[in-house]
Amino acid sequence: MAGHPSTYEPQYAATRWLDQRLPVIRMGADFMTFPSPRNLNYWWTFGGILSLCLVSQIITGIILAMHYVPHVDMAFDSVQRIRRDVPFGWLLQPMHAVGASMFFLAVYVHMFRGLYYGSYKAPRELLWILGCVIYLVMMATAFLGYTLPWGQMSFWGATVITGFFGAVPVVGESLQQWLLGGYSVDNATLNRFFALHYLLPFVIAGVVGLHIWALHHVGQNNPIGVTPKTKTDTLAFHPFYTVKDAFALCIFLLIFAYFIFYQPDALGHSDNYIPADPLKTPAHIVPEWYFLPFYAILRAVPDKLAGILLMFAAIVVLFVLPWLDTSKVRSMRFRPVARPFFFVFIFFCFILGWCGAGNPDDVAVPIGKGLTFKVLSQISTAYYFAYFLIILPILGMTEKAKERPVSITKSVLGDHAAAPAE
Amino acid sequence: MGKGLIVSETVNEPHGEGAVDGEKRDFIFIATGAVAALGAASVAWPLVAQMGKAADTLAAGSIEIDLSAVEEGGQLKTLWRGKPVFVRHRTAEEIAQAENTDIANCPDPQTDAERLIPGPSGQVNPKYLVMIGVCTHFGCVPVGEAGDFDGWYCPCHGSHYDTSGRIRKGPAPKNMEIPPYEYLSDTVIKVG
Ligand code: HEM
Ligand code: FES
Repeated sequence: MAGHPSTYEPQYAATRWLDQRLPVIRMGADFMTFPSPRNLNYWWTFGGILSLCLVSQIITGIILAMHYVPHVDMAFDSVQRIRRDVPFGWLLQPMHAVGASMFFLAVYVHMFRGLYYGSYKAPRELLWILGCVIYLVMMATAFLGYTLPWGQMSFWGATVITGFFGAVPVVGESLQQWLLGGYSVDNATLNRFFALHYLLPFVIAGVVGLHIWALHHVGQNNPIGVTPKTKTDTLAFHPFYTVKDAFALCIFLLIFAYFIFYQPDALGHSDNYIPADPLKTPAHIVPEWYFLPFYAILRAVPDKLAGILLMFAAIVVLFVLPWLDTSKVRSMRFRPVARPFFFVFIFFCFILGWCGAGNPDDVAVPIGKGLTFKVLSQISTAYYFAYFLIILPILGMTEKAKERPVSITKSVLGDHAAAPAE
Repeated sequence: MGKGLIVSETVNEPHGEGAVDGEKRDFIFIATGAVAALGAASVAWPLVAQMGKAADTLAAGSIEIDLSAVEEGGQLKTLWRGKPVFVRHRTAEEIAQAENTDIANCPDPQTDAERLIPGPSGQVNPKYLVMIGVCTHFGCVPVGEAGDFDGWYCPCHGSHYDTSGRIRKGPAPKNMEIPPYEYLSDTVIKVG
């Protein structure tokens, strides 16, 4: 972990020369020999998957930008042209559009993993916060990108979301018009959204660098949350985890490929195939699936400003989580009371997503007089916040944790651990 | 190395004898910092301000609308500054509804007459309601002749407006906005 001894020996004169001047090969080699806990499960493969997602979005994105035209009169047609006329555009455009969804799928798994195994606790607070920053910038990037094809959902999604800034007291309207570059979402908006959509992925790449740096400084957490103590508690990253990651990646790519080749539009909204029309709002505006839970929180309260604040609070609360969860025990495996609360939390996250897709006044569950999506999202929102602000802080103080294994080796090998390993 | 050390020591030595005048150094430090901060801010300002409305956007001026083209019970939608403007030729019933509302119960109380602009005669013409057809919640375009108050209904998050374009129910905080406009004649208005 922290400064694990380098075992790299340059073999040739050229590599020795380089090693004394810029030890990049050494950095790569140390990366490969990085000691990782020997008990990591498949939930730990999503970091690698996410790295590939980012690279894929950047490569396909730069290619799309070679053919895309950021102008209100041409944007919609230029995306259609990419799909129909540009060589392999039929493949590259869905790779990017579906890729955004797959990226979010992976990031949500990655985050729930962190929540379950307490990966946000000391000494990984900053590692977690950097992850939250990445998530936030990812959301901004995806929102900006979704505007670019300039369909009905692009236009009205951009109108609604920039409207959030209009709710800021006093300066709201000026702020909103400054963001838009006009009185409403228009060509100036599309142009700057394109420029920023191009920029932000590289900001993400930078923060990912810090995230991995922090990871290699404090070391990985693991399913039992017990810190590795001896050499037998860890394995070299390569070949043990390169192989595991590669296997998980293949499964992930299989799902990705299914969507690209068979269902390229399943994750999008059909209204986005109608060119943007500032005179007509679609009957039912919904964001992309990965924003639905937040959209439900936004609509759970009838007040405009309160709704926005609550929605932002839902993300802010993740940033302060390391100090809200007072338990010293990392892994939920040893927290008999917190564990069921965690599963209920996941359940409500899905319910929130469902509510975000529904019409607030429609009946969601036909019990009693009928539970509307609005009421359901209020209940779920209440639980979402209660989990972080009440349940975790209190349980940390009252819960009696199960006994934890003394070491990772012991937990993997049981009593055989006594025998000399390796 | 050694040489560098000596050089830096000589530089740090005060000229002549006596101790360093700490107060003087603090002053120079703060003064330099202040000038640098001012310089940075004056460079940053254009970087920020460029995102505001450009001159051509600001100049996109005004439009003229011929009200006589809108039939009773009909609505004209047109774009002004990229936003839809509604011209609604209200029916007698809609006018009555708008005028007879007890505005004390409205979230944003305004009489119907306050939402109209007088014509050349100095009188308001309640037949024509001119407003910006943008929901004051997050900016969707409400649908006409719909909602619980027979005015407009915003499909985005369920705001109900009455026949005067006043918010009556739902998350929107304000009535639909009235654009600046004037009557050029009895039937032609200029918006903007
Ligand atoms: C964090 C990584 C990224 C994410 C999450 C992301 C997300 C998105 C999304 C959701 C769309 C809308 C696709 C659709 O619905 O059709 C889009 C479009 C687009 N993106 Fe990205 N993007 C990323 C990186 C990039 C990069 C690095 C570029 C390089 C310039 C780029 C260029 C474009 C272009 C030109 C479009 C419009 C064409 C289209 O709609 O397919 N993107 N992006
Ligand atoms: S934008 Fe009209 S109700 Fe939200």
